[in-house]
Amino acid sequence: MIPFAGWEMPVQYKGLVEEHRAVRSAAGLFDLSHMGEIFITGPGAAAALDYALITAPGKLAVGRAHYSMICDVSGGILDDLIVYRLGDSRYMVVPNASNAAEVSAALSERLAGFDAELDDATMRTSLVAIQGPRAVEILQPFVDVDLSTIRYYSGTEMRACGVPAVLARTGYTGEDGFELFVSWDDALRVWDTLLEGGADRGLIPAGLGARDTLRLEAGMPLYGQELSRETTPFEAGLGRLVSFAKPGDFVGRDALEKAKDHPRKALVGLKLSGPRVARIGYHVYLPAAAEPCGTVTSGTASPTLGFGIAMGYVPADRNAVGGELEVSIRDQRASAQVVPMPFYKRSN
Amino acid sequence: MSTVPDELLYSEEHLWVEWTDDVVTVGLTDYAQKEMGDTVFVELPSLDEKFARLDVFGTIEAVKAVSELFSPIGGVVLATNPRLAKEPELLNTDPYGEGWLIRLRPSSLAERDELLGSAEYREHTGD
Repeated sequence: MIPFAGWEMPVQYKGLVEEHRAVRSAAGLFDLSHMGEIFITGPGAAAALDYALITAPGKLAVGRAHYSMICDVSGGILDDLIVYRLGDSRYMVVPNASNAAEVSAALSERLAGFDAELDDATMRTSLVAIQGPRAVEILQPFVDVDLSTIRYYSGTEMRACGVPAVLARTGYTGEDGFELFVSWDDALRVWDTLLEGGADRGLIPAGLGARDTLRLEAGMPLYGQELSRETTPFEAGLGRLVSFAKPGDFVGRDALEKAKDHPRKALVGLKLSGPRVARIGYHVYLPAAAEPCGTVTSGTASPTLGFGIAMGYVPADRNAVGGELEVSIRDQRASAQVVPMPFYKRSN
Repeated sequence: MSTVPDELLYSEEHLWVEWTDDVVTVGLTDYAQKEMGDTVFVELPSLDEKFARLDVFGTIEAVKAVSELFSPIGGVVLATNPRLAKEPELLNTDPYGEGWLIRLRPSSLAERDELLGSAEYREHTGD
């Protein structure tokens, strides 16, 4: 167990790589109760979120969800999050644990003038995620809905494992899977039910370590590493999220319009040659250069691919796929090639 | 619960030591390999390199993190495990056997007394 954003989190249960492989080949069960859950309700909820976030949640159909960000006025990323439209005038926003309080405060402030109420349910809501190719068949007996009719990136209030839940087909692993938001009091029941129900199909509990290697293979950024206030969505390769087309103003619009064509850096995927592993904070160099040109933000030995992968920031004109770079690993240079992300993409 | 063979000595830095006359074999304990997880790369010193007690003599790269190896005694490197270059996973599958790290010629026999016995090591890990 390690402290993580004020929570005690398991890094691994049986072993990181075993858990990682279970998610890729069968299924893994994650306790993500640290994540934030903020409900925005009221006739003005859609307009308020259109103003508060860089995407257009007002355009989401009821029951659907999308990946979004909340930026500050200068276009820096306060957090990345998922927005679920649970009803015409009811949304759930899921920020990172480390930013939940800050996001809640920023949303409260941005809701002023809109006919919408904020309810921060983080401290009474648990999140249990079941991820992997066998997630559907394991979860199916415990819900009343036909899971094959639930589309990716959707979320609906229903009963699951005998308790009230928001059931979402989302995740942070690059696999198919579901996330179940339930009350704290019901979380253990959901956890035990699924673990027991899925044991004979290869379901095992998976910890923070596997979550990190899985999201990295899937090319998904992590706040505090790839994303920060010092970074715009364009620099993080997520400029497609910014909805300049939506009608009204939104926080960060002016700054983002200016930043769009002037990235100061670019996030790239790197494939390392050799067995060494690039880690967060290691310097990136142009070949044979003495001074670093960038920094690794995440890196690991990819359990699925069998080689070292990393994400990092390099000068904006050095992000072309195929470009050769070097990473300094304990005073030795390892060559690294810019490759497309995600590093891993599921086949089904 | 990890394995701690009674016939070996241990350092607080989670290495085991087999002390036979003038040759000391050093490896990673079962407790440490479990904590570290799946090893992908092991960096070991060259032959004849000399280390004092607690000098860093190598690194272990696991999926989770990189860890430094602190020499349990002072000595000169007589051999390194040649199989670890191709099969770093031996550290996880056979930490007390085929996964040994290095052999040293000890600088001082007195340092043997600084090492922990199996019971003391078990207490140290709290496992």
